Amino acid sequence: MLETIKLNQLGCPSCVKKIESGVKQQDGVNSVEVLFNSSKVKVDFDEATVTRHDIEMVIEKLGYTIRG
Amino acid sequence: MAQKMTKFKSIAMISSGLVIALAFLLNLIGANHSIDILLVVATVLTGIPIVYFALQALKFKYMSIDLLVSIAIIGAIVIGEYVESSVVGFLFLFGSFLEARTLARTRESIQSLMALAPDEAILLKDGQEVKVAVGDVALDDIVIVKAGGKVPVDGAIISGEAQLNEAMMTGESVPREKTTGEAVFSGTIVDEGYIKVQAKKVGEDTAFNQIIELVEEAQDQKSQTEKFLDRFSQYYTPGVVILSVIVYLMTQNLHLAITFLVIACPGALVIGAPVSNVSGIGNAAKNGVLLKGGDAVDRFKQATTFMFDKTGTLTKGEPAVTNVVSFIEADWLFEVAELERHSEHHLGRAIVDYAKKTHSLTDQHLDVTLIKGQGLCGFFDGQQYTIGNRRLMDAQSIEITSAVNKQIEAEEAEGKTVVIVAKEARVIGYLVINDVMREEAKTALAALKHNGARDLVMLTGDNEKTAQYVAKQLGITSVRAELQPKDKLEEIKQRQQKGEKVVMVGDGVNDAPALALSDIGIAMGLSGTDVAIETADVVVMNDRLDKLVHAYRLAKATVKNRTQNIAIALLTVFFLLLGVLNGTIHLASGMFVHEASVLIVILNGMRLIRYQPK
Repeated sequence: MLETIKLNQLGCPSCVKKIESGVKQQDGVNSVEVLFNSSKVKVDFDEATVTRHDIEMVIEKLGYTIRG
Repeated sequence: MAQKMTKFKSIAMISSGLVIALAFLLNLIGANHSIDILLVVATVLTGIPIVYFALQALKFKYMSIDLLVSIAIIGAIVIGEYVESSVVGFLFLFGSFLEARTLARTRESIQSLMALAPDEAILLKDGQEVKVAVGDVALDDIVIVKAGGKVPVDGAIISGEAQLNEAMMTGESVPREKTTGEAVFSGTIVDEGYIKVQAKKVGEDTAFNQIIELVEEAQDQKSQTEKFLDRFSQYYTPGVVILSVIVYLMTQNLHLAITFLVIACPGALVIGAPVSNVSGIGNAAKNGVLLKGGDAVDRFKQATTFMFDKTGTLTKGEPAVTNVVSFIEADWLFEVAELERHSEHHLGRAIVDYAKKTHSLTDQHLDVTLIKGQGLCGFFDGQQYTIGNRRLMDAQSIEITSAVNKQIEAEEAEGKTVVIVAKEARVIGYLVINDVMREEAKTALAALKHNGARDLVMLTGDNEKTAQYVAKQLGITSVRAELQPKDKLEEIKQRQQKGEKVVMVGDGVNDAPALALSDIGIAMGLSGTDVAIETADVVVMNDRLDKLVHAYRLAKATVKNRTQNIAIALLTVFFLLLGVLNGTIHLASGMFVHEASVLIVILNGMRLIRYQPK
């Protein structure tokens, strides 16, 4: 399942790598792409193993706020 | 916890700033004894969020910049440099705060576009008008738009009529009259009138939202340079840590080692390129041009050969019949128009539109064969008609007398298109069709040349004479006329084999393959097909050639700006390293220069937002 998570404005491009490697390490995440300028995270994940909520928690733990 | 920590960041920044200021004041009045305590307090305040996020990232096996700064802060405390530790922490937080603020401004172009989005709608429900949020309008709902209101959905007018300002979709500020059956778009404004609209596309599916989405994602499409820098920075942070350990082992100087750690943070290098792209693409969007990402900007900048489709690109694409010449007594316009009804060709449509003024056409189905690039053959009342260009007549072995040929050539020499009509293999007359050139075409082409385009080529299915006339008027350098669609592809290939970077500019209706094959495909206007807009690298939404020139100049300016930013970043690192080695740069000053360089590249990138069309 492909979902887009919107974040508050990302401050630095190095955040991108941080979020990418953090989310990718979750079980059930097939691929993740972080769009820096539009501050969006596109995640393709397997609903059976991981939920959108889990992924959002990881992103928040890394220090970023989810928008909306 | 993480959320609280994010909020705490700004508290830590402000309070540590105040504490540091207080410490300096105490220093000035000579009350030195409590300074160290204050500085340690400030360090701890800033250190809490920085170390916290460094550890969070480390949990996911990622070495972030926070980690470098954390090590530096802790190291400075260990060697008793409290001024350094507190100032580094404060500058790091303050720097990221400023970065986020200025970066938000690079997004202002797109935000000003988004501000045009409608936010409420008047829904017609059981005969009652109800005001609702745009998000609550469902497919097939009926909405009412009154004078001054914004159309909230993409849909069709089911009753009423209105003057619509579609500037945000087309760049055309003269309002257009629309009535029952016609399509309206979300975000356009009703100047006058009252319409009921049935929603065909709502929410994120509307053309307006699609454009915003396209621009946003374009800003995130990375250029080759950025991709390289991304890979580079992945190894950079761990690399710097290892290097500082080596520096420490070699010199046994902890202060030098942690200074090295701080100044080598890759800030300006990583942020410089994206900032240029976001600003450049944002500027283009505000001017009605969609540049699809940093890579497209790169390729556009290198372009030297521009190929234009004639009809609809250099001309207005609204051909109209200006003259009908008949060699026989009987009127044949009705028969010709009835046959041309079966053609999708723009010349066919021009003939049908012209005939409609004097005849009432039917919708009966006739036996018609369309011949691409030539015209059509068909039967009306059992008689055979052949309607098209000279090539069609040749192919059907229909003779054109030299007197007629001369007349036709005279028309063509003035840039007009002649459609020959033959009945039962005998030429009975012809129609003269004229497609007016765009007013801005001539100056736009001259400006392209001035800005570095070496070759301007016109590709057209139209006849040689007409093509030559238009080319001469506009300053086109070479003309390829009477082309089939596949010949256009061949032309592009040949140029590419010569090593030229080819731009193909088309109206997108039937140019999708050519747009895809060229190095840079430019679709003029949103009126083209979705396929064309998707394949194109650049979409000139408002369909104006002068905006194409602006985009070309902007592409060059963006690449230049990006190069400047990378140069600034590299020079900063170089001079900081020199400073550290000869002992003039310390931890705090290193952090300061580092943060300053980040802000300088952001500000430099922001200049592109104000870049003006000439």
